[in-house]
Amino acid sequence: MRMLLRKLPWLIGTLLAVSFFTFMLVSLLPGDPAVLILGAGVSPEAIAALRLELGLDRPLLIRYFDWLGGALTGDLGRSPMTGQLVMDAILARLPVTVQLGLMAIVIALSIAIPLAMLSASFAGSKLDRTISGIGFALMSVPGFMMAIFLILIFAVTLGWFPATGWIPFSVSPLANLRNALLPALSLAMIELALYMRLLRTDLIDTLQQDYITLARAKGMPAWRILTRHALRPSSFSLLTVVGLQLGGVISGAIIVEEIFALPGVGRLLYQSILQRDLLMVQGIVLFIATAYVLVNFLVDLCYSLLDPRVRYAG
Amino acid sequence: MPAKKHPKIESRAQNFARALQQVFGRGFGPGFWLAVVWLLIVAFCALFADWLPVRDPLDPVIANRLNGPFTSNLLGADGLGRDIFARLIHGARVSVVIGLTAVSIGMLIGGALGIIAGYFRGHFERALMAVLDVILAFPWLVLLLALVAFIGQSLFAISVAIGFLWIPAYARVARANTLSVVQREYVLAAKAMGASTSRILIKEVLPNVILPVLAYGLVAMGLVIIVESALAFLGLSVEAPQPTWGGMISEGKRHLATAVHVAVIPSVTMFLTVLSLNFVGDRLRSRFDVKESNL
Repeated sequence: MRMLLRKLPWLIGTLLAVSFFTFMLVSLLPGDPAVLILGAGVSPEAIAALRLELGLDRPLLIRYFDWLGGALTGDLGRSPMTGQLVMDAILARLPVTVQLGLMAIVIALSIAIPLAMLSASFAGSKLDRTISGIGFALMSVPGFMMAIFLILIFAVTLGWFPATGWIPFSVSPLANLRNALLPALSLAMIELALYMRLLRTDLIDTLQQDYITLARAKGMPAWRILTRHALRPSSFSLLTVVGLQLGGVISGAIIVEEIFALPGVGRLLYQSILQRDLLMVQGIVLFIATAYVLVNFLVDLCYSLLDPRVRYAG
Repeated sequence: MPAKKHPKIESRAQNFARALQQVFGRGFGPGFWLAVVWLLIVAFCALFADWLPVRDPLDPVIANRLNGPFTSNLLGADGLGRDIFARLIHGARVSVVIGLTAVSIGMLIGGALGIIAGYFRGHFERALMAVLDVILAFPWLVLLLALVAFIGQSLFAISVAIGFLWIPAYARVARANTLSVVQREYVLAAKAMGASTSRILIKEVLPNVILPVLAYGLVAMGLVIIVESALAFLGLSVEAPQPTWGGMISEGKRHLATAVHVAVIPSVTMFLTVLSLNFVGDRLRSRFDVKESNL
């Protein structure tokens, strides 16, 4: 709790800076939004009228505070292109992206943790080298390439899963999972190599501690030592990286949602950029960056839950 | 002869030759050299794409549409009947140029900022770290898409945008290494002798920071190629008709059901290139690490 209070100013400062940076980045984009919306060849009066309506005639800083004030109350404005509220558009697509990201992380962890344990307990063996080698190769594959190969194998050739489309979980849980599996898998395959590599290194380190030798000496089975004694102290950097890699998962989601035609936030962002729907882009970028900062803040707090040493030192 | 009087002091050239021998001397294995050869081939293709005896990468020959490998075209033709082999070679140019430029930009700007922050500390360091934190709060593709929308899609603009992404990482590496170097005796000695700040930075700090920074270069280049191809896949990298590997894969996606090779061949080419960069980079880095721990 004390830690929470100490870190709160930092969190607020970062979020403010993030919002300012987002605003400036999008506001400085070339092209007059009014011209973009109306298209070329419209009378200057119409453009001036729309500029007035959008508030583009006011100073940049005032527009920023206006926008920020709205954002704090959950109002990110209304897209002049589609007439939709930005917040509504994001919230409508959020479940897809969140489900995709969570599934990817769960799949990645549930493959990476056992493999890393195997690798670490037989460090240096042929098995270890094979697992590490596969992980190394996976790190050289871009997400979209993985997605295409999964489509090629499981959708085009075998026909087990659909190549595109989305059915909400509430409509049919089974069909939803069938649709989500390939996209989630393509995201997971990229992440899992990194997780595996990291956890393997940490586990090898932990397995050389005295208390592990003690556990071995008292005849504890190897798998129990790994799961009960070694995993927890080895999982700190893994946890940090899972948090930090969320940015990678979101980036991957933009591409994967586009490939599999999923109605998620990433695809919304991509399409908004193509259509130059600046207000929408601004809102989505702020939303994503805020979520990312908050999650990593929570990960930081989780340390103290996992590691009593941090708790007492703080 | 001066060399006999001071047998232990090597000339700069000798010193360099010995370092080279230490790095490349022994024990890399055939895989390492295979990767190096592949990278050299890719670099060669990128450099001499215009003069190599390949077909025109932009010439659509309708009769060859989607022909497989070893038919009318060595590696087949794409959906418009363009020669895939020629497109791969010309596409290598984009990957190599962007790889080199983006990593150099990140390395130079990030490295300089990191060294300055690590050496002078104080407000500049705190401000820099805060700004880097803010930049890192944006997922890389989100930031990249915004940057590309801002500065355009020329080869140089894409390089700058991707290079910008690398500034935080390099600044961190350079700062961390500077912090550890500044405490060493030889820097204190140089200060005590009244060396100017710029002399200390260039003569004492830079040579010790540059190695770990360079060691990340190859791995970073592999990542840059992945990032560029992702951008090309979304149609936001260097504009058509210039062939890019990512763009070729994206095009091949449309023909997955009928002509698999259109997507698979550029994918394999890119995979081998990134894998080679990672492999060589990783080996070199572990070699450098050993050398550092011997200091």
